[in-house]
Amino acid sequence: MSPVDNNRIQLGHGSGGKLTQELIESVFASRLNNPILARMDDAAIVELQGRLAITVDCHVVSPLFFPGGDIGRLSVTGTVNDLAMVGATALYLTAGFIIEEGFSVLDLERIIDSMSEAAMEAGIQIVAGDTKVVEKGAADGIFITTSGVGLIPAGIHISGSGARPGDAVIVSGSIGDHGVAILCQREGMNFETSLRSDCAPLGKLVREMLDASPRIRSLRDPTRGGLATTLNEIASASGVTIEIDEEKIPTKAEVRAACELTGLDPLVMANEGKLLAIVAVQDAERLVDTMRKNIHGKDAAIVGSVGHAEDGKTRVYIRTLLGSRRVLSMATGEQLPRIC
Amino acid sequence: MSLPFLDVFRNGPQVRGLLAELTMRLEGGTTRRIMEVCGTHTMAISRQGIRQALPPELVLISGPGCPVCVTSNADIDRFIEISMLPGVIAATFGDMLRVPGTRMGLAQARGQGARVQIVYSTLDAVELARNNPDKEVVFFGVGFETTAPTVAAALLEARAAGLTNFYVLSVHKVVPPALEALCAAPKLAVDAFLCPGHVSAIIGPDAYLPVAEKYDMPCVIAGFEPVDILQSLIMITDQLNGERSVVETQYSRVVRPDGNPAARALMESVFDPCDAEWRGLGVIPGSGLSLKKEFSDQDAGNKFDVDVSYSREPKGCICGAILTGVKIPTDCGLFKTACNPGHPVGPCMVSSEGTCAAYYQYEI
Repeated sequence: MSPVDNNRIQLGHGSGGKLTQELIESVFASRLNNPILARMDDAAIVELQGRLAITVDCHVVSPLFFPGGDIGRLSVTGTVNDLAMVGATALYLTAGFIIEEGFSVLDLERIIDSMSEAAMEAGIQIVAGDTKVVEKGAADGIFITTSGVGLIPAGIHISGSGARPGDAVIVSGSIGDHGVAILCQREGMNFETSLRSDCAPLGKLVREMLDASPRIRSLRDPTRGGLATTLNEIASASGVTIEIDEEKIPTKAEVRAACELTGLDPLVMANEGKLLAIVAVQDAERLVDTMRKNIHGKDAAIVGSVGHAEDGKTRVYIRTLLGSRRVLSMATGEQLPRIC
Repeated sequence: MSLPFLDVFRNGPQVRGLLAELTMRLEGGTTRRIMEVCGTHTMAISRQGIRQALPPELVLISGPGCPVCVTSNADIDRFIEISMLPGVIAATFGDMLRVPGTRMGLAQARGQGARVQIVYSTLDAVELARNNPDKEVVFFGVGFETTAPTVAAALLEARAAGLTNFYVLSVHKVVPPALEALCAAPKLAVDAFLCPGHVSAIIGPDAYLPVAEKYDMPCVIAGFEPVDILQSLIMITDQLNGERSVVETQYSRVVRPDGNPAARALMESVFDPCDAEWRGLGVIPGSGLSLKKEFSDQDAGNKFDVDVSYSREPKGCICGAILTGVKIPTDCGLFKTACNPGHPVGPCMVSSEGTCAAYYQYEI
């Protein structure tokens, strides 16, 4: 039986036999078509020279489809962005799928279409893949793991440990869109909102940034844990303090409103199409001008600065509306809406 | 969904202007100690960095306004024990999940096989009962006058739908008796109350009259944005400077002079006042809400007989003293060492409205 006849994924589709073959041909190969994948050998063969960046990212999201994206798009942009954050140009991705028995083939096709579209947008190829099917209840629909490789141009040295006192802190746009868009879709929340996930590949933005400034020290995409967590990671890795200004952080009115209702903080909500850059202060304004010309950086803003560690402690502070300074901590655990 | 009006109350220049005005009124005067009663205020004050911005003449003290925090360990243990019973689905707001009980918290109970379901509204819990006719759904009724009417509505809805498998373990509490108990306590060194916004939207400003009149306590009902809180602090300071003690409402865009009579009627149709144990304050007469006799069939306290004689407060934890404004989190030997959000010893560290959580996350 072909997957299209049945419309549901069966355990047999992961067995490695005929059903697997049919699934690969009818769903995957036709959509992710490229000459490297088409060879269908046990491993993809590519030729690369230079400094390689390698990364892997597992994607689980509920719901699988959300305004502004789906798990397929997310699985491509997540990995492409991780490569971009070390200055690499992403080239090839591999994808592993764990699918729950009974999953809709139509949904799977939608997800693969969306991966194909995101791959095109990011200028990468998906060159190898694997699929396993697990019994009903053993997975939540579909889990996708992607790994990626990219090349780092000569002279580029970007790291979370690169921030230096005096540097400027830049965000590429509004904070918390993805986290809040997902939250609003969760069962039981029933928020009506026009908010969409910001899920997008940032490789092109990063290349334009690298062309504009040779003094970018750190780049990070503030995904899980949000801006607060990412800033703390950089402060700790670089041995510095970072101070950001509440009034300068771009947030959408819908994000502020949803966070107000649920007691959550936009600064710990996930982003999937934003980046945080630490850059030498003399390049900061020029860099923001460059970023604003790219659709994914149109709301870029300088939001803070890097300072020396205080008493040997690396901290992140936020300057509030009142002008006072308070600690900005990492997110702790699951974000749970409040009681009243 | 869009609430652009929020931005009016978060306007930087206006906020800094109000702060300057407040500072001017306080400078050179005696130190004023103001208790913010509500946990949402505690969080807002910490998050907005208000404490650090205030002049030394004004000290803000957190009170017993986090419903999760004032719930006694015996009540928490009772719900956890019920959650472990076969055939039970324990429904609760997310806040409760990580709160430690004497032996374990709900999250650990879930790990040991208890079926614990987080709901976002009480009506979701009724839905859970409807969709699981072969299970007994028990909702943990924790909260003040803001939550109690929604639980009353859920009970009535379940009854109207003929559901016999929906129960509530009510440990609801009401705020005014606790404020009176605080005022009567000899240790209280507080000059005025910043009164809760949402609770007051239900009970109305008059509920604080006894506190203002009998104990000479200025009471101002405040909203939660920076502009709200600073305006309210100015109103309190003016009362203190003018030696007045009345109930005023700054949060008038939400709180009506008569509160919400419909919500109160709903509450009164389902609950009777009862004595209740508050962490840190002990048993306060008439400060709790128990289910009326007509609802005893849906009262989880009657239905499920569990033994919680082992319950005790966590050793070394000073949540009780913190909830009454006698101590602050940094006075606690466990704070940030044995007790942190990943491994909370007491509820104040884990609730999103807890004073220790606020200090841990924003102030230290």
